[in-house]
Amino acid sequence: MAGEVAVLGVGMHPWGKWGKNFVEYGVKAARDALTDAGIEWKEIQFIAGGDTIRNGYPGYVAGATFAQALGWTGARVASTYGACASGAQAIDVARAQILAGLCDVAMVIGADTTPKGFFAPTGGGDRTQDPDWLRFRLLGATNPIYFGLYARRRMEIYGATERDFAKVRVKNGKHGLNNPNARYRKEFTEEEVLASAMVSDPLRLLEICATSDGGAAVVLSSMDFARRHSTKPVTIAAVSTITPRFPNVVIEMPNFATDSAATVSPPEMPFRDSIAFSAYAQAGVGPEDVNVAEVYDLSTALELDWYENIGLCRPGDAEKLLRDGTTTLGGRVPVNPSGGLSCFGEAIPAQAIAQVCELTWQLRGEAKGRQVAGARVGITVNQGLFGHGSAVVLKN
Amino acid sequence: MSATKKTVAAIDGWFTTDEATPHLLGTRCKKCGTYFFPREQTFCRNPGCGGIELEQVQLSDRGKLWSFTDNHYAPPAPYVSPDPFVPYAVAAVELAAEKMVVLGQVAKGHGVASLKAGLEMKLVLETLFEDDENRYVVWKWQPIVA
Repeated sequence: MAGEVAVLGVGMHPWGKWGKNFVEYGVKAARDALTDAGIEWKEIQFIAGGDTIRNGYPGYVAGATFAQALGWTGARVASTYGACASGAQAIDVARAQILAGLCDVAMVIGADTTPKGFFAPTGGGDRTQDPDWLRFRLLGATNPIYFGLYARRRMEIYGATERDFAKVRVKNGKHGLNNPNARYRKEFTEEEVLASAMVSDPLRLLEICATSDGGAAVVLSSMDFARRHSTKPVTIAAVSTITPRFPNVVIEMPNFATDSAATVSPPEMPFRDSIAFSAYAQAGVGPEDVNVAEVYDLSTALELDWYENIGLCRPGDAEKLLRDGTTTLGGRVPVNPSGGLSCFGEAIPAQAIAQVCELTWQLRGEAKGRQVAGARVGITVNQGLFGHGSAVVLKN
Repeated sequence: MSATKKTVAAIDGWFTTDEATPHLLGTRCKKCGTYFFPREQTFCRNPGCGGIELEQVQLSDRGKLWSFTDNHYAPPAPYVSPDPFVPYAVAAVELAAEKMVVLGQVAKGHGVASLKAGLEMKLVLETLFEDDENRYVVWKWQPIVA
């Protein structure tokens, strides 16, 4: 088991399509996190920024960009990129600094301003060595194409239905209704979901996460530092930032093919399962201990995959878990009480940090209008392009 | 004027261009036998191997449909979309000998309604886009209709 660090404070800038400089969202979130922690900016010894690749150079050096905007203090800095896992990478860097005794208190920030529509390759020119450029060029394989392949696979092998997928959107719409940081606070019926435009069969517009602006921040500290500032802080018991094991036999965005399993047998545990189970092992808990989860619902169907990946049920049983209300607020293990990406849309470097903010509020009992009663252990899970695992286990 | 246009691969070296029996071009590690597509040419990616000699091989031109979906909206650049955009399906196909899944667009005229996991699929070449001089072709998967 790894050592624990304390989540001293959390803060967010509401998700939306505000069209402002991403730095503004990050600073707002950071200031809220400082207030929540009850400490001053100048006390922060280390700052970790989750990078964004869609906002020019300041986005590539996000740690320093936020440090400058909050006022130079001489604190040490790191800037990390891991696609959708960027926020978890930043959290892991800060946590490692604390656990190594190199600092007592750190600030982690991620924020993004996104363009409208499909995510597309960044930068110009023909990049025939870059699979992310090539998948658009040769296949027109947008992100929803990969989500559609996973969704259809559930239908083909488990008998999932379009109505099951729509139910995920209905559930998350209910969950996010009272979340002040959610972009879409609206309930939908299954019929409304199923009447929305088809994007990548079987997934419709209301079932695929939008791209959003937003910012999230957490103040992390050593347990010693926390005892002087908080009576009983929520703790981070694990951060899993693992890579796949060869051969990875699930087709992953942005690839053209899986690894070949012709000479080496696939690992017993597929990559997405191993992300969560590596976190459980670090934290000394199992899926049976989890009271609440925030999973990366880039699509409705993908949320169902995650139920199985994080061990809430066996492969093929996720639809049953959804239908019987287990993952709805009031059920045994609510999933995405925040409303998830359904209600937020994705602000890439902020998203994994936002998941940690939500679980912190949940474990403190402060998630007004969406509280999971008596939650003690929570897990966030996510995956960044090219094989960046991202999972965090929190405890109170 | 398409008759006078030259047929060009949309990307060099990824597939053979004989339109009757096209094949994807992969590589195979001479030491451990692992296949790679697109071609891995310098180092074997099997972490237990370390091989540095990879030979070019033609991949199986048939496989079983693993999953499928489609595009109802035109993808952004660098995809070159016809105007108006015509929806098309995308398939993930399992190759038995290589034990790998390879993506491809589905050949024209085959939408998701005609697809089912497990279907036999074969590799074909079709036009991806055209300009004034050339017709750029790419590999696609076509269901084998019994």
